[in-house]
Amino acid sequence: MSDPSASGNVIEVRGLLKLYGATRAVDAIDLDIRRGEIFGLLGPNGAGKTTTILMLLGLTETSGGTVDVLGFDPVRQPLEVKRRVGYLPDAVGFYDHLTARENLRYTARLLAIPRRDAEKRISDAMESVQLADVLDKRVSTFSRGMRQRLGIAEIVMKKAEVAILDEPTSGLDPHATFELLEMIRGLKKAGVAVLISSHLLDRVQSVCDRVALFNKGKIALMGTVVELANKVLGAGHPVLVEAQGVDIAGALRGVEGVQTVVAVGEGGWRIVADRDVRAAVAQRIVSSGGALTRLADLQPSLEEVYTRYFQEERHVA
Amino acid sequence: MSRSAVRREGSAFTGLGPVFMKEFADHLSSARMMVLMLFVIAFGAFPVASSLQQLRTVTESDAFLFLRIFTSAPDSLPISFVFALNFIIPVMAIGLGFDAVNSEFNHRTLSRVLSQPIYRDALLLGKFLGGLATLAVALTALWLIVFGAGLLLLGLPPRGVEVARAGCFLVAAIAYGGVWLAASLLFSVIFRSTATSALCSLGLWLFFFLLWPMIAQAITLGLAPAQIRSAEEYLAIEQIGLVLARFSPGTLFSEAVVGLLNPETRTFGSMLPAQMRGVIPGAPLPLDQSLILIWPQMTGLIAGTIVVFAAAYVIFQREEVRA
Repeated sequence: MSDPSASGNVIEVRGLLKLYGATRAVDAIDLDIRRGEIFGLLGPNGAGKTTTILMLLGLTETSGGTVDVLGFDPVRQPLEVKRRVGYLPDAVGFYDHLTARENLRYTARLLAIPRRDAEKRISDAMESVQLADVLDKRVSTFSRGMRQRLGIAEIVMKKAEVAILDEPTSGLDPHATFELLEMIRGLKKAGVAVLISSHLLDRVQSVCDRVALFNKGKIALMGTVVELANKVLGAGHPVLVEAQGVDIAGALRGVEGVQTVVAVGEGGWRIVADRDVRAAVAQRIVSSGGALTRLADLQPSLEEVYTRYFQEERHVA
Repeated sequence: MSRSAVRREGSAFTGLGPVFMKEFADHLSSARMMVLMLFVIAFGAFPVASSLQQLRTVTESDAFLFLRIFTSAPDSLPISFVFALNFIIPVMAIGLGFDAVNSEFNHRTLSRVLSQPIYRDALLLGKFLGGLATLAVALTALWLIVFGAGLLLLGLPPRGVEVARAGCFLVAAIAYGGVWLAASLLFSVIFRSTATSALCSLGLWLFFFLLWPMIAQAITLGLAPAQIRSAEEYLAIEQIGLVLARFSPGTLFSEAVVGLLNPETRTFGSMLPAQMRGVIPGAPLPLDQSLILIWPQMTGLIAGTIVVFAAAYVIFQREEVRA
């Protein structure tokens, strides 16, 4: 096996397999996570995301293939892996009858962090997730968002090199989600490689450097969001135009680079061109006597990629 | 290469200390412990108080008067302290263990804890030892209370051998608790629902406590010939009955206790006239001879604990952590 530290990968997965009876829950996947990046594992529920994560941590046995996490094999050296990797499970739980500090203290003892060191690390970690004021409150009074943040604090306290977050934003309100994503960015800034699994695409898109799209235990697509969009939606610059008093389809026919013009809703048009045609489009509409009310560059959305991909899958099947 | 052949690195006991300390602290500070202690005091104090009342009126000399506090069943209340312990201990042990693993699962703390550098071995063993330590503390406290009450009300210090016998009895009581703690831990691994696990543990205990003696008797009677012609035949049948009854941990505990606290006990079955030769009736055995007598019972209790715990361990290793 190649040395991951040399290649800059913190996680290297080759041909990873998990069988439940005859079902292939994870079907021979290859995956590389680089140092300091945020990587998204996306896909519908039951696609094999959580199983993959549990195998990375050595919490479930593999049926085949190799995994290398920070130079350790989770099957043979799970303790070494778990010492260096922070894990935030889906809907993480803490001991309700204990305070936040006591919960983290227990984790610190399991990690064999010296007592004096631990207290400092606990308060610093709680500070970084803005929970310092509830450090001595019982976890039973915490909201879901606070529990997730406490989970992040645990990873910070652990000084993990890799953080694995399973559905970190599910069940959170928009504000709590925003805060949590900020904290995930904070982890990245601290040099932690972050692996996020999620089915909430628009949220994840905003933080992920690269994503892998899971489907039926296989990785269907992998790359940056733009790469995936080009692959699934086709290359091109989509632009949204809203204008009044002009036949847009007719007016834009002659603009160089425009490939398709499709009406979307009342007075709105979706234009796909092979280059950035916004200036030319604006000029043409105005010169044709139209009132231009909106001209927007459409970022490819992961949601669109996802929906389109699974639609096509269904057509094929 | 088969997966099971893969050797894992690092000690299986990494993290055992923190788990044990947390479980122990949790148990001692929990409301459940308070309820269990109230239960123990209610069921334990009454027989002790009544037997002390009666023992104060005893005038004939008794070398083991102090031990009678534990064993005598007063007329007013036909249960002795030891008999009360026979059901207090299982209920306590089950109360401490029935939700050990499944509550971690239901509160979704299991996967988070197991993602720390710790094997499942340490988690399960830490929980068992934490429960056992709690049980030991509670029983020792109870034992000391009984001893203190005896000192005060009888006005008679126990002899050294009595303290030693009572100490061995305490060890037997903890071992008996270990069996039921392991059993309730096993059910907490098997069932996700804490209610089901508690019900199964209590059901198993009731089965051994109420039903098994009757079943054992029925089987023995069924196996017995219509007419018993010789003493050997009678003994053989009795032996079968004893073996069957000893499947119940309660029987093992009772026999161990009788052997320890009634020093006159020489055997748990019948004695043949040949074996009685040279015996001074009613003479107490020395402590070491009593210990030899109850050694199989103690071994049985400890072995039972280990077997049940091993079963829980194997099932826990195979369980999926995901909810």
